[in-house]
Amino acid sequence: MNKIENVSRRGFLKNLGFSSGALVLGVQFSALLPIPKALAQGLIATTDANKTSFEPNVYLTIHSDNTVAIVVHRSEMGQGIRTTIPMIVADELEADWQKIQVIQGLGDKKYGSQNTDGSRSIRHFYQPLREAGASARMMLEQAAAELWQVPINECQAIKNQVKHAKSNKIVAFGDLVAIAAKLAVPDKTKLVLKSKQDFRFIGKANVALVDGKDIVTGNATFGFDVELPNMRFAVIARPPVLAGKVKSFNSDKAKKINGVIDVIQLDDLTEPAIFKPLGGIAVIATNTWAAIQGRDALEVEWQAGEHGNYNSSSYKQALAKSCDNPTADLRQKGDVSAAFKNANRVVKADYFVPQLIHAPMEPPAATAHFHDGIIDIWACTQTPQSAQSNVAQAIGIAAENVNINVTLLGGGFGRKSKPDFVVEAALLSKQLNMPIKVLWTREDEIKNGYYHAVSYQKLSAGLDSSNKVIAWQHTEAAPTISSTFSKGADTIGFEASLGMIDVPFDIANVYCGAGKATAHTRIGWMRSVTNINHAFAVCSFADELAVASKTDSKDYLLALIGKDRHIDINKENAEYGNYGETLDKFPLDTARLKKVLTQVSNMANWHSNDKGKLPNGHVLGIAVHRSFASYVASVVQISTNAQGKIKLERIYMCVDCGIAVNPERIKSQMEGAAIFAISLAFYGEVTAKAGVIEQGNFDDYPIARMNEVPPIDVQIIASDAPPGGVGEPGVPPVAPAICNAIFAATGKRYRELPLNQYGII
Amino acid sequence: MISLMINGKQHHYNDDENMPLLWVLRDILKYTGTKYGCGKGLCGACTVHLDGQPIRSCVMPVSAVGKQKITTIEGLSNNGDHPLQQAWQQLNVPQCGYCQSGQLMSAAALLAENPKPTEQDIDLAMSGNLCRCGTYNRIKAGIQMAAGMKVTSFNIDDFALDKQSIDEQAIDKLAMDATAKGVKS
Ligand code: FES
Ligand code: FES
Repeated sequence: MNKIENVSRRGFLKNLGFSSGALVLGVQFSALLPIPKALAQGLIATTDANKTSFEPNVYLTIHSDNTVAIVVHRSEMGQGIRTTIPMIVADELEADWQKIQVIQGLGDKKYGSQNTDGSRSIRHFYQPLREAGASARMMLEQAAAELWQVPINECQAIKNQVKHAKSNKIVAFGDLVAIAAKLAVPDKTKLVLKSKQDFRFIGKANVALVDGKDIVTGNATFGFDVELPNMRFAVIARPPVLAGKVKSFNSDKAKKINGVIDVIQLDDLTEPAIFKPLGGIAVIATNTWAAIQGRDALEVEWQAGEHGNYNSSSYKQALAKSCDNPTADLRQKGDVSAAFKNANRVVKADYFVPQLIHAPMEPPAATAHFHDGIIDIWACTQTPQSAQSNVAQAIGIAAENVNINVTLLGGGFGRKSKPDFVVEAALLSKQLNMPIKVLWTREDEIKNGYYHAVSYQKLSAGLDSSNKVIAWQHTEAAPTISSTFSKGADTIGFEASLGMIDVPFDIANVYCGAGKATAHTRIGWMRSVTNINHAFAVCSFADELAVASKTDSKDYLLALIGKDRHIDINKENAEYGNYGETLDKFPLDTARLKKVLTQVSNMANWHSNDKGKLPNGHVLGIAVHRSFASYVASVVQISTNAQGKIKLERIYMCVDCGIAVNPERIKSQMEGAAIFAISLAFYGEVTAKAGVIEQGNFDDYPIARMNEVPPIDVQIIASDAPPGGVGEPGVPPVAPAICNAIFAATGKRYRELPLNQYGII
Repeated sequence: MISLMINGKQHHYNDDENMPLLWVLRDILKYTGTKYGCGKGLCGACTVHLDGQPIRSCVMPVSAVGKQKITTIEGLSNNGDHPLQQAWQQLNVPQCGYCQSGQLMSAAALLAENPKPTEQDIDLAMSGNLCRCGTYNRIKAGIQMAAGMKVTSFNIDDFALDKQSIDEQAIDKLAMDATAKGVKS
């Protein structure tokens, strides 16, 4: 995937998409510059078709006016990717930060995967982006060498210029592009990447966000903000029960609402749901308010269908039973049943995490304009290529005629990597033949989502007479994400690789298994996915074992993890996904796990058997977890008051994510992840009754507010390991650390989330 | 016909009088800096000022505005130079940024009323504004910074530079600072 080409040498006119018409804004075809469509469509303010430019690869264009345009092909949802990708390219290129122009890439296969989830933008593209920058730098140096007729090794790129030290000559990048455009891209084996001590941005600078000013002035464009001439607004009454149908409806009252222009019934959903629209009835209006009112005025009789019997309370009991009958063996190491028989004692505990929903501050929204056989779309999508292919399929046109413009995302957390909402807009625009913006209200987002699966887990451990764990059993029942793609799938599979089978403890006999669980909602991935429930169970249980062994929790964890080693679970009757990475490149390294654990306890003043350094009444809880190839440990400091309420006093996070490319954004992700985890630990619960989701807004699905959030200290371990994930790995350890702290403070062990049910919040 | 004074500009509105101010601003008059998050006064994303007071525009019918002057995020300053907007940029407060218009409007109203708020004052004024990305500590720090107060909720090492001021020297200095202060632990 990682081939670098000099596009400027190709007859590129025809691959620019200009043939689609209407988007070319004064482009002079005699110029060498391929104007990216995002630019031509005005998402970026400046266009200058008269520049002579060369484009060493799809990520990067250097213009004759000395600007460096960097295409960011990943979606920005708060992780800072529109800042971090340019930092990498600019560093290797030796660009001047002030000359950087960031261009959001359209959905296009040429970029490789654009699916911005799984915490993998930097994990996958750090190296290619460096190579892109370095290739361009070397071509510019070679161009200067040709210009001055000197050896290339005497030419050095520095801050958007190439210098020849011997003669004191300097030439701007922009003045070299005409020559450089004719050069071959250096062979990959000849590429010289910068060494660490020469980095100017990577791992160092606290770079201001590229979109910072637009955001604070209200000028940033999110999915909700897209505005096209003659655009209409649509809100949709979707079946309250998954795959429910419209039995009958009356739209007379809706049509009388001032501003409502049309009411359209959508096709019912046939499972598997995948990314298909849910069906229902769309109300089209001249503004959002009229559309919402029109929807309220609809009279619809729904037919629930097979999921109409889904009730969260009885479902939970069924899951608990199912845990006792694992039908899928996910990891079998040694002989667990023999080990349990030999155990001196057995500790058991059950854990429960309810259904959760993403609740990004911006609900899903997409704007589509079908015209002349093509469709232009603007959407807050994490996955423009999937949006493209799903739209193409739904409206029956070729994918290359579907242009997906990615706006800023007002949060994503995995919700916006499911492009059902984009397909809705496309279908309506095609049918109505006008630009349509589909907006999801908060209620829509909570009631018709892709849910983080409810899960029941049973853990047991056999201890020998010296309290060493000799047997570990972990069974789980939870509906699987696979059910969203394959109707009837009823057992977790790949989810087990997210914190269950990769339990990093040094235990001779391990069994992990899953029982059946039929899905009754769309099950999806949400920030850190099943690491949420697995880390909650595993890290809580480890703490319970520490208590049972009368050992300090941190010391106990270190001992449980055991000696430094790379764990290969695949050798133990398991299939370990490792986040799509090889274990060679991203080993499960217990030394790194212990390092973050030790460091976070230093940060928090955790001393075994001595908590005397803390303010009076403050107590600590600890947890550590590896996910997305990164290691995060967390200590939560709490106090309790006379009414038995707990207060978070401070949170410490220590992360080892390999090479820390943008430390400032890594810290902000850890801060945000901790708060995301506070929300789910305190309040996260989505329940269903007769198949209908009972929550609908922030009053019954609360998220943490400022007054509940303590200061959060973050430290990043210095590492030369390849970059791991950042957006998600901070979430998993925090909820168990909270519960472990509560136990330390109160002696009460809370094994079921959320905590607000116990009256302690 | 309703007359609205928005950011010092006169607008006329001729539609449903019950339409919440939020949608009048966003859909009719195209002030899209004001955001929708819940539509029920629960999240603060839609916060604007009426005569300087912060209100949730999603639950205020446009007819209730009367003669009060409306300020939206677009009118908070002329060029993003309100002390809060500057502090926000220096601290890289936003993550996704979606809640930040509302956060800034609530914070601006707080500082206008109470130029030196305590941490409790800040919590009280700001806990109606949700941020799913979890930027609360930096928001608090941004308010304290804009108020010229000691920052209590956030590690000062993490302060970001304004894009304009990034130059070779500053980067080198920051890099050194970062190393010295344990970014490389
Ligand atoms: S949109 Fe107004 S308070 Fe949430
Ligand atoms: S920055 Fe994303 S919701 Fe606040």
